[in-house]
Amino acid sequence: MANNLKARSLVIVVVIVACIVGVIGFPKSVADLQRNWQRNIRLGLDLKGGSHLVLQVQVQDAVKANADQAIERLKDDLKKQNITWASIDRNDPQRPEDADSVEITIKGVVATQSSAFRSLINERYSDWVLTAQNSTDYALRMKPSELVALKRDTVEREIQTISNRINQLGLTEPTVQQYGRAGDQFEVLVQLPGVDDPARVKELIGTTAVLEITEVKDGPFASREAGLAQHGGVLPLNTKMVRALPRGGTEGEQWYLVTKTPVITGREMRNARAGQDEFRKWETNFTLSQDGGKRFARFTEANIGNRLAVVLDNNIVSVATIQSRIEDSGRITGLGSEDESVDLSRYLRSGSLPAGVTYLEERSVGPSLGADSIHEGFLAGIAGLLAVVIVMLVYYRRSGVNAVLALILNTVVLLAAISYFKAVLTLPGIAGIILTIGMAVDSNVLIFERIREELRTGKSVVSAVDAGFGKAWWTIVDTHVTTIVSCAFLFLFGEGPVRGFAVTLTIGLAANVFTAVFVSRTIFGYELAGQRGMQELSI
Amino acid sequence: MQLFKNTDFDFLGKKWPFIIASLVLTVAGLTSIAMKGGLRYGIDFKGGAQMTVKFASPPPLDKIRTALGQKVKGEVSVQNFTDVTANNEVVIGTELEEEKQLNINRQAMADVLTATFGQPNSGKLDLNNASQQDLMTRLRDPLARAGVAMSDPQFQSLVSAILNFRNTPPRSGLISDFNQLSSVPGVTPAILNVLKQECYLSPFNIRNVEMVGPRVGAELRNKAVLATLYALAGMLVYIAFRFEWIYGLGAVIACFHDTIITIGLFSLFNKDITMTVIAALLTLVGYSMNDTIVIFDRIRENLKIMRRDSLETIMNKSVNQTLSRTVMTSGLTFLTVIALFIWGGPVLHGFSFALVCGIIVGTYSSVFVASPIVLFWHNYADKRKKRAPGPAPSPARAEAVRKTPTRVAK
Repeated sequence: MANNLKARSLVIVVVIVACIVGVIGFPKSVADLQRNWQRNIRLGLDLKGGSHLVLQVQVQDAVKANADQAIERLKDDLKKQNITWASIDRNDPQRPEDADSVEITIKGVVATQSSAFRSLINERYSDWVLTAQNSTDYALRMKPSELVALKRDTVEREIQTISNRINQLGLTEPTVQQYGRAGDQFEVLVQLPGVDDPARVKELIGTTAVLEITEVKDGPFASREAGLAQHGGVLPLNTKMVRALPRGGTEGEQWYLVTKTPVITGREMRNARAGQDEFRKWETNFTLSQDGGKRFARFTEANIGNRLAVVLDNNIVSVATIQSRIEDSGRITGLGSEDESVDLSRYLRSGSLPAGVTYLEERSVGPSLGADSIHEGFLAGIAGLLAVVIVMLVYYRRSGVNAVLALILNTVVLLAAISYFKAVLTLPGIAGIILTIGMAVDSNVLIFERIREELRTGKSVVSAVDAGFGKAWWTIVDTHVTTIVSCAFLFLFGEGPVRGFAVTLTIGLAANVFTAVFVSRTIFGYELAGQRGMQELSI
Repeated sequence: MQLFKNTDFDFLGKKWPFIIASLVLTVAGLTSIAMKGGLRYGIDFKGGAQMTVKFASPPPLDKIRTALGQKVKGEVSVQNFTDVTANNEVVIGTELEEEKQLNINRQAMADVLTATFGQPNSGKLDLNNASQQDLMTRLRDPLARAGVAMSDPQFQSLVSAILNFRNTPPRSGLISDFNQLSSVPGVTPAILNVLKQECYLSPFNIRNVEMVGPRVGAELRNKAVLATLYALAGMLVYIAFRFEWIYGLGAVIACFHDTIITIGLFSLFNKDITMTVIAALLTLVGYSMNDTIVIFDRIRENLKIMRRDSLETIMNKSVNQTLSRTVMTSGLTFLTVIALFIWGGPVLHGFSFALVCGIIVGTYSSVFVASPIVLFWHNYADKRKKRAPGPAPSPARAEAVRKTPTRVAK
């Protein structure tokens, strides 16, 4: 028993140390301790104040845009192959749930040309499924797999764009993430700690970023004034001064003189991605719409050697020299790093927000309410705990100390788990903690009452403690497993707050089995070992 | 100290008054729900816009109501917080018929409040509702002009110290006099003067704003209900596996009974069902289930020992044996919850109310609802077996089947 006790104590000490380190780290001063605590136990928005927005991406916009592009291409292809048609149209669903029903109808293809038409579609439009409605009319729908990919990509791009814009505000720890089930809900959660009026953020999200590719007339200059001075204080006709976004390596501000009318706008930018050229140098590839491509080809042909600027929201993000004629796909080469090329591709894409958004939910908690909630919740919690501790000590005397130690340890383990799992403490989470404490008290009471009963039947102290723990064990298992089973369902089918409740409760119950049974048993073990043949147990 | 030593109360013999009381409470709650045209859902579940505003003095509800009625579309409700810890707080709610209104209503409500209670034409900033960003923008130049020299980080920490002072209790968001600020570290008389010039103190502070589109509201409601039902089903299966199916059913019915009575009490007391109330209901389901299982566990154990006794005797004995634990646990949990109810503040009010009701109902339902259901079923099953034609099993054998530990306890 003595050896066994030592091994048990070792386990307990290791757990306690790991938990305390998890919660407060290795503080060197009181300020350190406070800082670590705040970093490790992260509070939810309902406790610290902030805004919580849920928005829905109108994915049908992206599917419709994709269909429009296909229509544009199809008309071109049909003309080239001399296939005649009466009309090509697209329906106009308005809700994200109906994105799958976007359909292109092609009417009046002459029966004699139907095989040519079919083979064209098979060859050039492999993302689409063709169904014949009658001998001359056809319907085109996107392949389900392509549709899923497009919708997912739309939501991802939207999230990226929104985070880019929010990052410009310099807030602390904003989160922008997918919300609800991926694939069929298209919801995005935006959390902004410390922002109690999200109007500005919404404005920022709502405005589409304006992306332009313009011709560079002159520059760079160290300041706007320097640029103006170069041109006698007056801007030439149809030009403007634009500042380049600061980038690592360049010193100070850089201003360029660019044309006011863009060569290409974000509307014509179809896609952009980072890549490497044949010399493994980083570059960004982009594709333009057909119309844009034609215009761009004419322009680049006439302006080889001149420079172009990528302007996003009136800030230059990149300047490049035209090397050759570019049609609908081009590349910007000679970029410094992977980051730079990824950023640039992101900027190029962000100009065309793939789809609009609508707001489903907006909650903001003012900082004063958060502070009050913490203050009041803390007071009430302390008062409640104190009452529990006093009653336990009065009712169970020495053994009550056992229970109180187990309770404290339980709370420490719970906090440590929250810290290690990087979970966030919210109000429903606190509800979970309260139920945990209730069940922790219950486990101790169950065991103690059982030991008392066994003592009453005239058993010796040692065997009464043994029997008490042994018999209470299965009850504790049953109550805990039942609750954990229900938590699993709450986590699977619940949303946000309900999940937070389930997570804290599960952690707390697991910790409770350890503290109320294992730790409490060990303490009893020491008490009994200390006084061999103990006649009376203080319980 | 021991309160209950070898008690021998005839709990199951006195079940009827409690069952009737349960039925009365259930019927009263359901009637109240039906008469009031359904449950009062909070904004989480019905959708809408809601703003909690704290006033410096008792708020003129009628004035707010009429001012808002003119500006905001749809029905406007203005309610006082009834909680004792909430001083002069008002909840303003409006309907949201569609998602598009989400953007309009918040601004409209804030504007009306400023127009009615603030000084919109003074050109000053309302310090009681200013964000850090607002205040920094507002003060930067005037401070420089007043000759207060400080670096950017210094300036930032000054502003956050001022707002922090405003936000913490006992101010809780409302400063009534600029001179209160002189106790904030870093606020010199010169800075205080600039503050007085640039800001004014309105008598209200917007504490929180919630806007939920009607579609999301319905979705959240369905999800919460579904999650709870699945959780109950999961528990039923586990208990059926560990005990006997009728025990699982009894426990789940008892939980259902507790939830319905608590929801009924919410309706009777005109309280809103919000997301935190759902968390509380989940807590009480967990609690009630725990209580029931402890008693069932004891019944299972006693079935093995007391083979000659009737089920009712065994149940009574089990309830008596666990009585001390029931009273201790319920009492202690009740203490914590009462503390939350009294001092927990308005945010936790609905939550703690649900738990206060739930713990009382949940404790007695284990004894007077869950156990009788098991008893009724076994009595019924016995009778049917006795009446069954053919080679009727002897009563002793029927007993044996019921009490064979291998059948009851897996």
